[in-house]
Amino acid sequence: MTDPEIPVLTIEDLGVLRSASVDETGAVRVQLTPTYSGCPALDAMRDDVVLALTHAGYDDVSVELVLAPAWTTDWMSEAGKAKLRRYGIQAPTGRAAARDAGPVRVQLAVKCPRCDSLNTRELARFGSTSCKALYECRDCLEPFDYFKVL
Amino acid sequence: MHGSVTVDELALAEELAGSGITGAGRVASADAAEYAMRLGDDALVLAQQLGMWITRAPELEEDVALGNIGLDLIGHARSLLHYAGTATGRSEDDLAYWRGEPEFRNAWLFEQPNGDFAHTIARQLVASLYLYELYGALEESADETIAAIAAKSVKEVDYHRDHAVQWVLRLAGGTDESRRRMILAVTDTWPYVDELFVDDELVTRLAADGVAVLPSTLRPAFEAAVDAVFTEAGLERPTGRTAFIASGGGRAGRHTEHLGPLLAEMQVLARSHPGASW
Repeated sequence: MTDPEIPVLTIEDLGVLRSASVDETGAVRVQLTPTYSGCPALDAMRDDVVLALTHAGYDDVSVELVLAPAWTTDWMSEAGKAKLRRYGIQAPTGRAAARDAGPVRVQLAVKCPRCDSLNTRELARFGSTSCKALYECRDCLEPFDYFKVL
Repeated sequence: MHGSVTVDELALAEELAGSGITGAGRVASADAAEYAMRLGDDALVLAQQLGMWITRAPELEEDVALGNIGLDLIGHARSLLHYAGTATGRSEDDLAYWRGEPEFRNAWLFEQPNGDFAHTIARQLVASLYLYELYGALEESADETIAAIAAKSVKEVDYHRDHAVQWVLRLAGGTDESRRRMILAVTDTWPYVDELFVDDELVTRLAADGVAVLPSTLRPAFEAAVDAVFTEAGLERPTGRTAFIASGGGRAGRHTEHLGPLLAEMQVLARSHPGASW
């Protein structure tokens, strides 16, 4: 089961899959949490989970959508971050739990996922989806997406 | 940490495609529903305004940024209005599309027109700094559903405030023209600040139960954040100007002339095809 927008990441890598269990009657219960409040990919993920489990032979499937605790990029697995970088998206740099809370923020450098240069600049804080910002590498001159810390 | 609150109880259930989802369905008290409706209407009206910028922003990146911020706000509005609707058996769509102006509970700030880009940024600055303090405080709400929505929303609003702050700095420190417009926008926006921090009967009652937070208690932190930004930008925080708020203002359903046309555009499709779904 992968994210419809980022097909290299499984919903487990992403931290969207919170739990999955089967009881003695064979009923499957899955808990998902949305990344961003308005993320339209959640609908697709939920349908995909139901479809995949149905194909795997389970006919009693319930998917529960959970809001609390709120999703954070800190839940993204290390394997997931490595896959993201190979795909050309830089993984979140730093931990949400350690974010500076002041209103005027200092920007940390983001590494280019292709050439590892730190000589990059932000083109747009809001990129192709809510979870990403758009960057450009000044050494290899390629644009790239950066998965924002949340 | 809060309990396990499901989105089914909060929001998306009927609107999400597919089935097999059952929710326990936490029902809001009449007061909590009214409070959730205020917060939900603030987010919904602001989202609608930001959507109007798409294809019209000064650069493509801003079309995307304002669109994404609007999308986050729609997410917050959906959760809040769904919860508000549990008290009266109405869906989030019933509340968004089938209420008229006097039934909307948003504050006047959110319905003020987009104006030029500087005016939108000034409104975004006030809105996001206020919402950041509000949702931060509501993470501790005694109402588990409101606490869960707030904890989720505050992280997104943090990015919205960053966006607004960066633009205020850039416009105030840019050309003479951009600075002139930023100053004018701040001056025009400030009269709508007071309404956000009014403690009326409903919030006072809910705050006593730990469900709501008294808006007046958020003001010092809001002003400190504004001052930090304005010091950096070389701007002054306007004082002494407040809008004439007709009895009760937006929270009592009394609105400026700007809300009607906005709702007309937002609601026309749903009202032309009642009951239609994707």
